[in-house]
Amino acid sequence: MAVEINRRYCKGCGICVELCPKSVLVLDEIGKSTVKNPDACIYCGQCELRCPDYAITVVKPVKKEEKA
Amino acid sequence: MSESVGKFLRQSALPHIWCPGCGNGIIMRSVVRAIEKIGLDQRKTVIVSGIGCSSRSSGYMNFNTVHTAHGRALTFATGIKLARPELNVIVMTGDGDCTAIGGNHFIHSARRNIDLTTVIFNNGIYGMTGGQYSPLTPFSAKATTAPYGNLERNFDIAQLAIAAGATYVARGTAYHAQMLVDLVVKAIENKGFSVVDVISQCPVYYGRKNKMGSAGKMLLWQRDHALPVQAADKLEPEKRQGKFLIGELHKSEAPEYTAEYEKLIEAAKGKGDGQ
Repeated sequence: MAVEINRRYCKGCGICVELCPKSVLVLDEIGKSTVKNPDACIYCGQCELRCPDYAITVVKPVKKEEKA
Repeated sequence: MSESVGKFLRQSALPHIWCPGCGNGIIMRSVVRAIEKIGLDQRKTVIVSGIGCSSRSSGYMNFNTVHTAHGRALTFATGIKLARPELNVIVMTGDGDCTAIGGNHFIHSARRNIDLTTVIFNNGIYGMTGGQYSPLTPFSAKATTAPYGNLERNFDIAQLAIAAGATYVARGTAYHAQMLVDLVVKAIENKGFSVVDVISQCPVYYGRKNKMGSAGKMLLWQRDHALPVQAADKLEPEKRQGKFLIGELHKSEAPEYTAEYEKLIEAAKGKGDGQ
């Protein structure tokens, strides 16, 4: 998963949802941030940078040639 | 949370108690990243805070920390720096704490040019006590104690710091979190009194009272109203209306207080030779 969310830390302020340029995140039924469109993520890191609760970690995918 | 940020925060104290959408968490991360970037020794770094929402940050940061009396963060920090000049002392304070009850300490710390770094979490309101207006609440903005709008003009804290003698003055915002890291780095590196005024959002009191919308919208307001100093010079005055400057606003050289004090001690020791 590109965007990891620590649900224990998330307070559901919605900053990540509003600032995501690709609408990857939404607030779920209990108001916490959750990944809806993982494939749309461009790993810009806007959500992690401005999450006031340190709930988000953006994990950039490792390229195949680097793995080898 | 990235590993680097995790290392400098006390995991047992998290999640923090700040309200959903509060900018304090963003600012605290930028300060921690700045400390990491310079590579300060955790054991030789002291975080001092006063009272207020922002001042809770000292409890979350994994350094030598002191949570002091209201408005007196700079006073305690001055004592620490004078006793142990080799320590890096960073003061975390809010707009009310620093400019109302601590206003006198603020101008005199600037006047002495003592080597402290002061980060002001400027959300323009007293959040912890229920949304009263502070000396940095803009004119005509609403607060619980100013339901018809604030009649008092606000300080321009950066101009106040420059006039009082601070040798490094910058302004950032919670939105420009990446830029804030660099400003705090320069503030820490400056040997003298450094001030970083950080415009932040209080969605619960300031935002609600002034109908600014969600925390995300308040961050976008900061983006739209901040004017980098480099760009401001090229703009006509009418285009600068209603905007505030961000970036490095002032840098100068002046004798630093603890260095001068050290010289005095050496001079006094010299006089006593041979007796």
